[in-house]
Amino acid sequence: MSTRTLVSPATLARPRGRAVYWTVFTAVVVLFAIAFLFPVYWMVTGAMKSPDEVAKTPPTLVPEQWHLSGYGDAWDLMQLPQHLWNTVVQAAGAWLFQLVFCTAAAYALSRLKPAFGKVILGGILATLMVPAQALVVPKYLTVADLPLIHTSLLNDPLAIWLPAVANAFNLYLLKRFFDQLPRDVLEAAEIDGAGRLRTLWSIVLPMSRPVLGVVSIFALVAVWQDFLWPLMVFSDTGKQPISVALVQLSQNIQLTVLIAAMVIASIPMVALFLVFQRHIIAGISAGSTKG
Amino acid sequence: MTRTAARPPAEAIAVHPVQAPPPAGGRGRRRLADQVRAYGFLLGGLICFALFSWYPAIRAVVIAFQKYTPGSSPEWVGTANFTRVLHDPEFTAAWRNTLTFTLLALLIGFAIPFLLALVLNELRHAKAFFRVVVYLPVMIPPVVSALLWKWFYDPGAGLANEALRFLHLPTSNWSNGADTALISLVAVATWANMGGTVLIYLAALQSIPGELYEAAELDGASLLQRIRHVTIPQTRFVILMLMLLQIIATMQVFTEPFVITGGGPENATVTVLYLIYKYAFLYNDFGGACALSVMLLVLLGAFSALYLRLTRSGEDDA
Repeated sequence: MSTRTLVSPATLARPRGRAVYWTVFTAVVVLFAIAFLFPVYWMVTGAMKSPDEVAKTPPTLVPEQWHLSGYGDAWDLMQLPQHLWNTVVQAAGAWLFQLVFCTAAAYALSRLKPAFGKVILGGILATLMVPAQALVVPKYLTVADLPLIHTSLLNDPLAIWLPAVANAFNLYLLKRFFDQLPRDVLEAAEIDGAGRLRTLWSIVLPMSRPVLGVVSIFALVAVWQDFLWPLMVFSDTGKQPISVALVQLSQNIQLTVLIAAMVIASIPMVALFLVFQRHIIAGISAGSTKG
Repeated sequence: MTRTAARPPAEAIAVHPVQAPPPAGGRGRRRLADQVRAYGFLLGGLICFALFSWYPAIRAVVIAFQKYTPGSSPEWVGTANFTRVLHDPEFTAAWRNTLTFTLLALLIGFAIPFLLALVLNELRHAKAFFRVVVYLPVMIPPVVSALLWKWFYDPGAGLANEALRFLHLPTSNWSNGADTALISLVAVATWANMGGTVLIYLAALQSIPGELYEAAELDGASLLQRIRHVTIPQTRFVILMLMLLQIIATMQVFTEPFVITGGGPENATVTVLYLIYKYAFLYNDFGGACALSVMLLVLLGAFSALYLRLTRSGEDDA
């Protein structure tokens, strides 16, 4: 396991080296606790202070009295159940649409040799060069009045779901994975008379579980964290996801209630991360060596 | 590049008895059927790319030369949108802020995670703990991070000034002062995003062969010399890639200024994307918004092209 790094094991074994090592180690632990864990602690406990206590200087490190009412008030006053539900619907739909359409398109590009396949793939990869945020305004105008059918998707979850499919990164990830699947297995399926859909469903997808997992996590996190796009397309307060609702409501709400709502909004993604941390961290680390 | 031999040739399937017998007319029809099927799989994705990526990109350029009001037919106005946008005093402020933001994010937001990854790679204990903790802020929704720091930066009971008072240092206006607002936002963005950079750089550090360090040490290279002559050259490609990604991401900054400062004080934190948003949704000037988008697009497109070039060539090396 232990591979040689910058500092040699021999240096570390010496008493002086060991002292330096443990000093640095402690310093990093303290730094991490202050920089990353303390803000989170401050947020979680801030929501449990009374409105007077949260405004007090110097602040109290531990709430004098633990109020859980902040969380309850946030839940009720800010209509969190509804906004959380909106976010879940938007994220789940985007995930499903991406899995179905990106997988099918990636499979076609990888295995079915469509005419002009290379041109299409080039067009898809070219969108990687066009950062998404720079195109939000024309994208908004398109969603507000779809060409040919002249329908508006504003205030409709489809405004999140359909553009989510146009994700070149995920599509390319899937295509590259499909490219590397062993050829003979797929050929065997075809010789056994399995149709394209059947091959995709019962051979390709089960073999692609790792990449599907990565794409799923990316898809969910992207929708949950997004702000500018839902801010543009959901003007109807009742349809807004939690990120937009938090900002809209942050102006006229008591600080402790807002902080409680912020904690609640963070729980799903942090929980997802803690459950799948090994996969997520491995995925990000792998991303560095394979673009 | 693409493996064209990934599938058996069409004839091999056509003659196979299990397959439906080829209809009269044979291979041409068969090929056509294959194509129809392939496009059936492609269709959903293709429509979405066409509608939400390709069409908007073209439309940005077209509307940049039009007077566009939703509901009425657009009028061609030549370069009037560009001239109007260029003469907006906010235009200069937005570009200056965005470029300063990008530069500061590169200096602070790149140097800190870089050093942190170097140190973390030397630690032999609690590895998983460090990786989880450093990535935790990335998983907190950006809106929550922004609101959290807005509260920390509160000049009254905010944590940032409390910390300064605790250390007996003079307090600051943080995001509320024209001089300090931009750097305060860079701190938020760094805090929220450095987890990804640290993890990617850590992975790159782990791929450096240990023999190189051993050889350098035998040659009498000091710690700093080993960093300079082994670590940095060995991870040069990842460093460059992360820098470009960082530039592309920070040039599109929106959430932090929108939530924390609202672009203020005195336009000190208006960014290009924020200005695009204002043109479209406050001034109802979609032509101006698209003119700005095209400018941003050209600049970011150049960086992205460079990034893709680098990742492609890196793959070929591997």
